[in-house]
Amino acid sequence: MKQAITFSVESHRFLGPDGQPEGDLPPLAEDKDALHALYRNMVLTRLYDERAIALQRTGQIGTFASSLGQEAIGAGVGHAMRPEDIIIPSFRENGALLFRRFRIRDLLLYWGGDERGMANPELGDDFPICVPISTHTTQAAGVAFAVKYRKQPRVVVCLLGDGGTSKGDFYEAINLAGIWHLPLVFVINNNQWAISVPRAIQTQSETLAQKAIAAGIPGLQIDGNDALAVRHYVAEAIETARNGGGPTLIEALSYRLCHHTTADDATRYRSDEELQAHWKLEPVARLKRFMIGRDMWSEAQESELIRQCKEEIEQEVRHYLDSEPPKPTSMFDSLYAELPDELRAQRQSLVGKESNND
Amino acid sequence: MTDITLVEAVNLALMREMERDPEMVVLGQDIGINGGVFRATVGLLEKFGSERVLDTPLAENMIAGAAVGMAAQGLHPVAEIQFMGFIYPTIDQMVSHASRMRNRTRGRITCPMVLRAPYGGGIHAPEHHSESTEAMFAHIPGLRVVIPSSPTRAYGLLLAAIRNPDPVVFLEPKRIYRLMKQAVEDNGEEFPLDTCFVLRPGSDITLVSWGAMLHETQQAAEQLAGEGIDAEVIDLATIKPIDMQTILESVGRTGRCVIVQEAARTCSVSAEIAARLAEEGLMSLFAPIRRVTGYDTVMPMFRLEGHYMPDTARIVQAVKQTMEFA
Repeated sequence: MKQAITFSVESHRFLGPDGQPEGDLPPLAEDKDALHALYRNMVLTRLYDERAIALQRTGQIGTFASSLGQEAIGAGVGHAMRPEDIIIPSFRENGALLFRRFRIRDLLLYWGGDERGMANPELGDDFPICVPISTHTTQAAGVAFAVKYRKQPRVVVCLLGDGGTSKGDFYEAINLAGIWHLPLVFVINNNQWAISVPRAIQTQSETLAQKAIAAGIPGLQIDGNDALAVRHYVAEAIETARNGGGPTLIEALSYRLCHHTTADDATRYRSDEELQAHWKLEPVARLKRFMIGRDMWSEAQESELIRQCKEEIEQEVRHYLDSEPPKPTSMFDSLYAELPDELRAQRQSLVGKESNND
Repeated sequence: MTDITLVEAVNLALMREMERDPEMVVLGQDIGINGGVFRATVGLLEKFGSERVLDTPLAENMIAGAAVGMAAQGLHPVAEIQFMGFIYPTIDQMVSHASRMRNRTRGRITCPMVLRAPYGGGIHAPEHHSESTEAMFAHIPGLRVVIPSSPTRAYGLLLAAIRNPDPVVFLEPKRIYRLMKQAVEDNGEEFPLDTCFVLRPGSDITLVSWGAMLHETQQAAEQLAGEGIDAEVIDLATIKPIDMQTILESVGRTGRCVIVQEAARTCSVSAEIAARLAEEGLMSLFAPIRRVTGYDTVMPMFRLEGHYMPDTARIVQAVKQTMEFA
């Protein structure tokens, strides 16, 4: 018998749950500005999530997906990307989107049931939030093909969840990324839960990272609650891709401390013990402890940061709440570049009903 | 100008547009060195190279998804699905993304892609190679669905589909891929989308069809002419959106209409046309609208496909029944 192939999957982290370094740290650990930017994004994201849930509970937005406990993934990915790179998000990457040009008012518009939330021209080529699971992964390959075709030094980053790795779309996408050697980084937020389905019954595979092996691309696992690890390894993968080194799959281990969405009740399917155990691993406190331990952060700075973030969020909430209601006819106006004749009559019938609309 | 077949016209249009438009790429299974299983992409790889002529892994959903991503970046991908029977994995991408991208970003990101596939029965192909499920795509807001029925229209309509700023599903009636030859001038001129073509003017009855069935429909019209019935034949060509003006104008003159399609009957394109005639043209009708269609059965394997597909006799019979109304 000859071994056809053997493989191994690396797993990385720099900071333990208590914020203490484990082994050598990357230069990033000394970069106070970078750490502050990461931390600010995580705090902003957590406060935004909290505020958005309150808005949902009071009927001011629709169903909302929080990223509680997974803030380091969004922050690390968002910080690692260059402005000209392209993000292809799922729906639980609030922090990453805030690092891009998505504004809180845009995200609230979207969750408030308004297409304009994904319309801000400032967003450039960044994709809108994708709801049907993993359907954006093959698109990410197409986008990455386009930037490669045009020889642009840009990288595409596609985010998905652990549940998304069970879909054919995901396999098809990583397979194509490998064959076409695309400038594409997949980051899996393995938060252990796909609504009520735990990771254990999502796949028999020991890691999600090893799925990359079958596609012939590098796959690695990182502690997704360690912002340093996320920022470092995602940046490394992005720069590899930018330099023609092809795609990478990163599995970021985290935990969904929130319900799936505001429409979900996680107490139906998971124990409080499990939840409490994972609170001890959460990413915001971890980075804070690390920074305080190195005299890079203080409680005074913390209070000021929270005040600033809350102020920013309230301003954005006011923008959202003050936004003009969408015109009913807008459902026709971006359907095609030019509205076909047969739809003109339908549009006109809506205009007739809503006399205040053009 | 040489006489060419419909599939050669498809090839000519692809060739022409790739020369003109450096943002155009083609992708699909076996489209490179093999030139496509029907040879629609023959010669493209040699001429434009593997950067632009992309043999993909065997995954239809991925082909559509990658095309959405390419189009979102402003490329003009033309994706081939080998047979319509294998097109269903693409529906998720076409419904959830291709058709919606412009709308859900209010025009920030668009999707100028073409999804091509040979469709329809009558070539004694294996199971799953003969369906006509164009109505599934016609139901999706935000898409266009185009079906040529001759070499000249295949050339002009495919150019229009590729240049259209929105996603187009372009279905090629493979039974007539090589049935006829026409002189096609390779002048790069597109035909209008959203417009019917009147193939035969007539005054007694309007026959509406598309794709391969126009062959039988035109034969029926010739036969009926010998019996003193002057049928107007309309090629729907773009089945979404439907050019009802041309049909209503014709039926306004003839007062009678038979719709001929290969697809199963219920919730089909013929149902839509009949409904709109009832809504907007009822007063000009002298007789009930009749439909000659495939049955609401599973498309049979090829031993029975001849019984399934409408033929000239069924069309003639439907026309005669319609003419019986005074």
